Amino acid sequence: MSKHNYVIAAFVENKSGVLMRVTSMFNRRGFNIDTLTVGETESSEYSRITLTFSGDQDDLQQLVSQLKKLYNVKKVEVISAELGIRRELLLIKVKNSSSNRGDLRDAVDVFKAKIVDYSAEAMCLEVTGDSTKIDNFIDNMKPFGIIEMCRTGIVALERGSESILSK
Amino acid sequence: MKLSGAEIVVETLIEQKIKTIFGYPGGTVIDIYDQLYKKSDRINHVLAAHEQGAAHAADGYARASGEIGVVLATSGPGATNLVTGIANAYLDSVPMLAITGNVPNSLIGRDSFQEIDITGITLPITKHNFFVHSVEDLADTIREAIRIAKSGRPGPVLIDIPKDVQGAKCEYTPAEPVELTALPKAKAEDVKAAASMIAEAGRPFIYFGGGAVRAGAGELIAKLADKIDAPIGCTMMGLSEVPVANPRFLGMQGMHGHYASSKAMAKADLIIGVGVRFSDRATGNRVKFSAGARKIHIDVDSAELGKNVDVNLGAICDINDFLTKLIDAVDKKELPNWEAKVEKLREQEASQNVPGFLPKEAIEAVSSVAAPDTVIATDVGQHQMWVAQHYGFMGKKTWVSSGGLGTMGFGMGAAIGASYGSGKRTVLFTGDGSFGMNLNELATAVSYNVPLTIVVLNNGVLGMVRQWQTLFYNKTYSNTTLNRKTDFVKLAESFGAKGYHADDIESFKKVFAEAYAQEGPALIDLTIDKDLKVLPMLRPGGTFDKLIIGEEEE
Repeated sequence: MSKHNYVIAAFVENKSGVLMRVTSMFNRRGFNIDTLTVGETESSEYSRITLTFSGDQDDLQQLVSQLKKLYNVKKVEVISAELGIRRELLLIKVKNSSSNRGDLRDAVDVFKAKIVDYSAEAMCLEVTGDSTKIDNFIDNMKPFGIIEMCRTGIVALERGSESILSK
Repeated sequence: MKLSGAEIVVETLIEQKIKTIFGYPGGTVIDIYDQLYKKSDRINHVLAAHEQGAAHAADGYARASGEIGVVLATSGPGATNLVTGIANAYLDSVPMLAITGNVPNSLIGRDSFQEIDITGITLPITKHNFFVHSVEDLADTIREAIRIAKSGRPGPVLIDIPKDVQGAKCEYTPAEPVELTALPKAKAEDVKAAASMIAEAGRPFIYFGGGAVRAGAGELIAKLADKIDAPIGCTMMGLSEVPVANPRFLGMQGMHGHYASSKAMAKADLIIGVGVRFSDRATGNRVKFSAGARKIHIDVDSAELGKNVDVNLGAICDINDFLTKLIDAVDKKELPNWEAKVEKLREQEASQNVPGFLPKEAIEAVSSVAAPDTVIATDVGQHQMWVAQHYGFMGKKTWVSSGGLGTMGFGMGAAIGASYGSGKRTVLFTGDGSFGMNLNELATAVSYNVPLTIVVLNNGVLGMVRQWQTLFYNKTYSNTTLNRKTDFVKLAESFGAKGYHADDIESFKKVFAEAYAQEGPALIDLTIDKDLKVLPMLRPGGTFDKLIIGEEEE
């Protein structure tokens, strides 16, 4: 079976140790997770885990079933490719110099990035978008010299008026 | 009414109808033990020799009674000694509640004396676990833990209670025994699909496991088999759910299964799996497993669907509900050709019988003497497989054996627990290797005068590993020849139990009758040859068209 990239959202109890329970399950069942983000939700009792992983349809079914079995996990949904809005945030620090300043500013404009810190030696840039855009932006920054960078991993919501809980 | 945490623990267990618990005291559970002492007229505590034995006892109790097994241990080593017992219950989906003490909250995280992160350690081997931060949460946590352990696919749940929580006081209001989460009902379209697959099948085979035992689905399975003219096999975990006297029952299938059962499964064009997980010991090579057959999988755990083997129809629901509806939905079938084929397999199996095979004779002798509702416990290894193959199970929940984890040393604790769980005499079959691991529990059996007959099939070697070394490792018997000088008869006597020796079937029958008539524990040391094998055998990762029979592969 062919491999796909899946985005999965899990609504979990906002308690200590819950993230460990989730990641420990991935580890012992041998799932390879590409990205994972956790954050607050509309309800203070719950956190939302967004994760991406690559695998076939069987892997997906197994991962979702195993997630649903965890006591602190309240709801699991696969975010569909058609309806999903997927975003990542990147913070990247690149070398600044008089010779490349103009090219950097052009890239910032094209990618709708933001300059969030500036010195004569370095610029810190912020950009959001889907993973392809982030990858492209990083590729564009390489010639300038990347000092350090950090990306959040994907967060995703589905279009429309429903929530993960109402589905 | 304000009670201390320790008192709440004991009161909540009593309120939840827990009658017997197993355990071992220590520094961080003294408060709970204090309360157990004071309330000993309402709840019974069995003191084991070691926490591992206590955990296996809770496991054996649960299997024999169908209720939850409860074990109590102190922090640190007390808690870590439970780990094998908890893992064993997890792999076999046994409802268990493990309660551990821990150091006071103020000492947590400081590597204090006997402090260990037992919720962290048991994370992958429990259905869920809890660390109780405050006494206000205690009673509800215990109730919720019991509900989780018993609901759906059962399993062990651990509660870690710091010592200060046991000492703190809060209001306690008794509650009713928890209600289990309702199982989903069978979907009409799944039943219909299964019925049409059965209608199209020429060689159906029903294969059930531990899930069917948990559901008590034996009668429904037999009824379905009668209606669709199918033979029945089971996994090791399924034993005792369908009586061996059922003419359609071919016995355990799998790596060391009955020839006819494994072969019928391999030749089937439709496999109906009921409460099974298609484990590697049952299927051999899971990719090549019955590649030509369509498969229906009925289970309560959705994560089992397609986990090991692709199936054509998966029904996640109450097994009994599905089977009841399926029996109504299917038309009566008659499959004389398939019946004849299965009969031929039975004949072939009978022809492989080796006369004078002492383990088989001894097991059959016990089978003919012991009452039909006698619980048969085992340890792990050759003796376990021989009992699985040859014991004539007639009553439900009479088989107590470590399946998924394959825990040598399980037997003694489990057999003691099973005696409490069934309220009757238990027979434990063990080997000299397994028995050597946890024979300390003989002290427990003697202290409580547990009705227990222990049969040690003593071959002086680690027989199952030796068998693999013989077959696959060029007879290099690395570290499997025990050659110990232990005299099991004297050992039993020194513990205060009766001890007997036998070395052939006649002497065994004689001493078994005597040992079985004892009120308390008695042990029989039965000498057997070190080169006896468990056959047939499926080569690891092999397929059922080639089984090892006698000294050769087919």
